[in-house]
Amino acid sequence: MSLLEIRNLSVDFATSSGQFRAVDGVDVTVDEGDLLAIVGESGSGKSVSMLALMGLLPWTATVTADKMEFDGHDLRRLSGRARRRIIGRDISMIFQEPMSSLNPAFTVGWQIKESLRKHTSLSRSQRQDRAVELMRQVGIPAPEKRLSAYPHQLSGGMSQRAMIAIALACRPKLLIADEPTTALDVTIQAQILELLTGLQEDTGMAMVLITHDMGVVAETVERVQVQYAGQRVELQEVQGLFDDPHHPYTAALLAALPERATERKLPTIPGVVPGQFDRPAGCLFSPRCQFADARCKAERPVPAGPAMGHALCHYPLSHGHPTGKETAA
Amino acid sequence: MSAPVLTASNLKRHYEVKGGFMQPAATLRALDGASFTLTPGKTLAVVGESGSGKSTLARVVTMIEPPTEGELVIGGKKIGPEGASRDRDLRAMVQIVFQDPYGSLNPRQTIGQTLMEPLLLNRPEIDRKERDRRARDMLSMVGLRPEHFDRYPHMFSGGQRQRVAVARALMLEPKILVLDEPVSALDLSIQSQVLNLLMDIQERMDLAYLFISHDLSVVRHIADEVMVIYLGEPVEMGPKDVIFDAPRHPYTKALMSATPMADPSDRKERIKLEGELPSPMAKPEGCPFNPRCWRRQEICLSVEPELQGGNPAGGGHCFACHNPVPEDETAAA
Repeated sequence: MSLLEIRNLSVDFATSSGQFRAVDGVDVTVDEGDLLAIVGESGSGKSVSMLALMGLLPWTATVTADKMEFDGHDLRRLSGRARRRIIGRDISMIFQEPMSSLNPAFTVGWQIKESLRKHTSLSRSQRQDRAVELMRQVGIPAPEKRLSAYPHQLSGGMSQRAMIAIALACRPKLLIADEPTTALDVTIQAQILELLTGLQEDTGMAMVLITHDMGVVAETVERVQVQYAGQRVELQEVQGLFDDPHHPYTAALLAALPERATERKLPTIPGVVPGQFDRPAGCLFSPRCQFADARCKAERPVPAGPAMGHALCHYPLSHGHPTGKETAA
Repeated sequence: MSAPVLTASNLKRHYEVKGGFMQPAATLRALDGASFTLTPGKTLAVVGESGSGKSTLARVVTMIEPPTEGELVIGGKKIGPEGASRDRDLRAMVQIVFQDPYGSLNPRQTIGQTLMEPLLLNRPEIDRKERDRRARDMLSMVGLRPEHFDRYPHMFSGGQRQRVAVARALMLEPKILVLDEPVSALDLSIQSQVLNLLMDIQERMDLAYLFISHDLSVVRHIADEVMVIYLGEPVEMGPKDVIFDAPRHPYTKALMSATPMADPSDRKERIKLEGELPSPMAKPEGCPFNPRCWRRQEICLSVEPELQGGNPAGGGHCFACHNPVPEDETAAA
């Protein structure tokens, strides 16, 4: 049985100019000990879908799903109180900006111990010991001293380590890391990614890594889910995704990487991600897709089978060539 | 090779930090001795972590701030610690494009006004009709449509705004364009469009680029020469291929190794750098990189290494290290 199973998740925001669908029928499945990446550009709904799972969206959001199960609990039916017993203990999340997600008014130690106080029955001194152990586990030097430091006294890399320590405090079964290294330098990014994958291996927890960096994806995870304009367009093993992407968007995105370029002029994806008012009727990628035809512009595609990476496309690619077009014509 | 349009020798920029309660005054050495040249049609990329002095270098080269020490020669005119003259032609020669296209455009000006403003201020002899014509020409040059002329920045996407910022920088027909992280705020699919535009314009206008970035895959694609800086000092400099394929300075090598490559079959063993960039107010004694270096020796703790090797102005490769990575080792990596 899967640890996390989400079917047909949609999130709508009520904005002053009408409803806006940020997440559109996304499925996410995470097994125990899994290492999944959700990749996409800004506006692809990758963060919003995970925030919906955590119940962290503002009241303007309407979340609907056919199924939203974590570890046997139906998250759609849980009361706020029951949900909060799971969130922060069994599922925890770290965010992009470590500086702004820590509370500046409390010490790092207080913030680590807060989740222990809420979710465990440890005594005061046990909490102190566990906090020191956590700080050591995430590689913060002189942990006893740093527990009484305020967030502004830590560097970006150290704050992110402190965030990870908070997230790990109750030994979660699932850790969601939302762009954990985007705000950091590459040498620090390498340290944090190493730390996260090491912890994932040691503790056996599952991890969902949200990122836009294809390099981070290639070096870190096992499975990749690609999102575009709120939809899941592809799901594959990491090696297969980079060797033989099945959705034209994935293929175009990989081709646009400077390090994969063969010529000086980089391949580009024309146009921009559709917004609230210019969502196409058919496939959402059709206005920018080089393979699109009349059917793509009119009909919404359905996901292909697992062999084709669940590609949300009428003519999923196989080694760079669209398939199924002959029969359709 | 054509003559350099800019020569910088031993550029330094220090800031005096005022002492506060329980805190003595200190000197922040943001940029500490950089020498390089810029040539028309070529790109020098500056690579380093945040706090390494990349943006300070950009500010000094664009004459926003004078250097504390050292000298800048732009088109035969010297700029020293006394600052640049109010010479309009000199200032028009160097223009800058900033990282954030959301913050660098005036939201209350139309694109047309934004583009015409540099001419209005610096070329008052040009009449209104001609200004208008030049701005519209520039708009089409950066790949925007004529109807964009009367629109406001908020009506554009990030990539389009960055095109406007590039267009504005080109209005005074500069010789040098300083690009301070021009694509790092953009999505991947937009990034390649802007990079293509920059390469295209460089070719057409024979511009010299000073390209500041922390993204090594972008640098590898666009640069001709690369300068790696650490705590305000260049630690390695040379032609792009040499820097990427055979780096000699341990920091350059670690930086390359830390950069994730989009190829899952090549999950390499990384060189792990310990610790973080020290504060430029308390630079370590000796080699600035010594506290994090894995090739550290006794001498590194006390003697600061000089740049050695070929002359970078002539396309040579140089590095500042007492114990550089051996050549055969770099080739294998």
